Amino acid sequence: MEFRYLPMTEQDKQEMLSTIGVKSTDELFADIPESVRYNGELKIKPPKNEYALTKELTQLANRNVDTKSHTSFLGAGVYDHYIPSIVDHVISRSEFYTAYTPYQPEISQGELQAIFEFQTMICELTGMDVANSSMYDGGTALAEAVNLSAGQTKKQKVLVSKAIHPESLAVIYSYAKGPGVEIVEIEHVNGVTDLDQLEKELDENTASVVLQYPNFFGQIERLDRVRELVDQQKKTMMITSSNPLALGYLTPPGEFGADIVVGDAQVFGIPAQFGGPHCGYFATTKKLMRKVPGRLVGQTKDEEGRRGFVLTLQAREQHIRRDKATSNICSNQALNALASSAAMSSLGKQGLKRMAWLNIQKASYMKDQLERAGFEIPFSGAFFNELVVKLNDDIETVNRKLLERGIIGGYDLSRDNRKLKNHMLIAVTEVRTKEEIDQFVKEVGDICG
Amino acid sequence: MAKQDFPLIFELSQESRTGFSLPEFDVPESHIDKQLGDAFVRKNEPDLPEVSELQIMRHYTALSTRNHGVDSGFYPLGSCTMKYNPKVNEDIARLTGFSHIHPLQPIETVQGALELMYDLQEILAEITGMDSVTLQPAAGAHGEWTGLMMIRAFHEGNGDYNRTKVIVPDSAHGTNPASATVAGFEAVTVKSNDQGLVDLEDLKRVVDEQTAALMLTNPNTLGLFEEHIEEMASIIHEAGGKLYYDGANLNAILGYARPGDMGFDVVHLNLHKTFTGPHGGGGPGSGPVGVTAEFEPFLPKPILTKRKESYEFDYDRPKSIGRVKPYYGNFGINVRAYTYIRTMGAEGLKKVSEYAVLNANYMMRRLQGEYELPFDRHCKHEFILSGRLQKKLGVRTLDIAKRLLDFGYHPPTIYFPINVEEAIMAEPTETESKETLDAFVDAMLQIAEEAKNEPEKVQEAPHTTIVSRMDETTAARKPILRYQKEN
Repeated sequence: MEFRYLPMTEQDKQEMLSTIGVKSTDELFADIPESVRYNGELKIKPPKNEYALTKELTQLANRNVDTKSHTSFLGAGVYDHYIPSIVDHVISRSEFYTAYTPYQPEISQGELQAIFEFQTMICELTGMDVANSSMYDGGTALAEAVNLSAGQTKKQKVLVSKAIHPESLAVIYSYAKGPGVEIVEIEHVNGVTDLDQLEKELDENTASVVLQYPNFFGQIERLDRVRELVDQQKKTMMITSSNPLALGYLTPPGEFGADIVVGDAQVFGIPAQFGGPHCGYFATTKKLMRKVPGRLVGQTKDEEGRRGFVLTLQAREQHIRRDKATSNICSNQALNALASSAAMSSLGKQGLKRMAWLNIQKASYMKDQLERAGFEIPFSGAFFNELVVKLNDDIETVNRKLLERGIIGGYDLSRDNRKLKNHMLIAVTEVRTKEEIDQFVKEVGDICG
Repeated sequence: MAKQDFPLIFELSQESRTGFSLPEFDVPESHIDKQLGDAFVRKNEPDLPEVSELQIMRHYTALSTRNHGVDSGFYPLGSCTMKYNPKVNEDIARLTGFSHIHPLQPIETVQGALELMYDLQEILAEITGMDSVTLQPAAGAHGEWTGLMMIRAFHEGNGDYNRTKVIVPDSAHGTNPASATVAGFEAVTVKSNDQGLVDLEDLKRVVDEQTAALMLTNPNTLGLFEEHIEEMASIIHEAGGKLYYDGANLNAILGYARPGDMGFDVVHLNLHKTFTGPHGGGGPGSGPVGVTAEFEPFLPKPILTKRKESYEFDYDRPKSIGRVKPYYGNFGINVRAYTYIRTMGAEGLKKVSEYAVLNANYMMRRLQGEYELPFDRHCKHEFILSGRLQKKLGVRTLDIAKRLLDFGYHPPTIYFPINVEEAIMAEPTETESKETLDAFVDAMLQIAEEAKNEPEKVQEAPHTTIVSRMDETTAARKPILRYQKEN
């Protein structure tokens, strides 16, 4: 059998064996002791030609219900947005996607500059001084922020709002176990973090306070009041996880004095892809610049005085500092950061604001229509592009019926919180039309009527 | 911006120029500013560039030409497995049914995705000789940490809270000790001997009742197979520790040996190395973890299960270390790896390792002599040279690497592993032709000659790149990490 990715001919092989001074390639594996040698044939389906494999996998893909053929109101951390066509053309330039980490700056200026631009855009959006070159996703970025705060303040307690994404909360717990950070959950009242409880729990041992802005229910947290509370303690940090699109219209956490802002740039040019890869970002203050996890690109000059870019402050990182590194992260989501940069460049200053505004407007319309149809909207506060509706039926059942009508319904909040039985979290982005929103309200009315 | 500088996208911006096409505003307007309240309506707009679509495309196209990828030329970067990234993988990953599905959709609407994930888990378990695999970790280092957290949970599950140390060889990837720290362990170093293998006497010295695990790559980062692996396994296991396999170097042994058969308990894989997920300029990757049966209860949750012909997620896992990532891993990268494996089959994968090892040995033997070969024995998929001979002539390994840029090559990994002076670590991979290997070797031999006869040519390299060597010291001393508009 011939393999198109393996170029050696039999003649090449013989010449090479003779240069090495062996008779067969088996001799090169002689150092693997017989007792651990694998002599069987791996049980894997036989090789398949390109046409047949493409056909098979296309059929497999077609067995999934996708958000292109259906109208989706599902968000909960992953969103269906307008992706400019140019994004995929940019990241399909194989000089970008087949490159490794840009450790040789002379032949990596393209990637380095693109990341420098990404860092700048994230700083602009969040209102922070410094942003890194990306993290795996918003959830792990938040968990790293939590651990950073404990390490930096030498305090072990972190107050985490229960109105953050439940899967991010789960990841925080997993990460906190390593350094032994104690997590205290703060309840939510009327869809926002209970600031009274937060105030009670906040003490001199509190390393940081963690909120999502807008939060998991789409609601806008009072970061101004949270900052006032946090300021009552020495060194305690305010950490937020933010949908960066929302920051096109909302006052950014940086202006409220956040110490670390993280989130996921999936909203800019990255398809849902069943949950990954997306693109975590990590932004912070100048003060914490040398504590940032992961890669940072910095501007400098070459020997002729030309502007150029390099990976910098590498003394923080695992390949230099090993067990004393600020994080173990090595690979990040560079290509997706490039996709987000292209999408953000496409939107520009005006487009970003317009897109964020459209999300709020369309979500507001959804709320009005649901209320008009007699449904209860349990949380009364301001929101971005997600809202919670209470139905008189089990959400799983409702969603199954919606699916028959070509609609992917919202997130079933009872999955994480029994008290939120029959509560659906609905996402309405700029790509949903008035017609689709009207149809959703009508169908939900029919199902639950 | 100085005249000779390449512009940043921000420097192309002109107020009111647009590059977007947003959906219509087709609903009645709400008074959203009033609802949000003045304090929450943004006043200082983020200064994103205002550029047209063609400007964006030209900008990034120009940037791409200022970048070297595997498709641009040879990339023998040791320990990174810079093999060809098949194009069909990209097409399959972009199929609407894979790229535009939401992770929280009803389970019956994503059965195709789950079948692929399940099948991939089974295949990876077969390749590594492990019992179970999770696809949740996002990259190699993430997999390391996940595996170590499982080892920690295992020991603690036995009431054993004193196993606080993880042993790593001095030749290990930096992520190994870093992951140990993040998982709450203390990293302890074991030395390599003069043959480039773990020093068994030193291993016996550092192992004790506090040993949680030994982390090992095999073949190791010197490209050599740890032939005493079984003895090492029993030293660790007899002391009550566990054996962790860093799968960064799996490309050398596909179908020839399996970590599970060598005695490893926990294994991570880098699908973006061995299984052709593109490196993307630094990511995204995918770092599945495989375990033996006794570790199954500790796997990150949810786990994917098969019931007759349907698949579902099981969240009822009381001993699980929890979630290591939202959702189920870097699915898009897993689709690429799956496509690759199905293209190659068992027969093809074994040939991959055969040629990866053949190519490395061939290059090593051709370069031996002009460059010092610290470990003169058959290597696996990569090999180490030392630039000590050239250093005596005033030419450092860094200079050799920079000189290679003039020939259109990405240089090998340099100054790693840290236990070899002036290290040059080359990994050709199996996807390169003999002509490419020969041309690269010829360039290396020419540079060795230049080091003798005209060292300044090497010391001052590169000569042909769009920029010359960068002032990295100033970059670190006075960091400029973002663009600021000039006033």
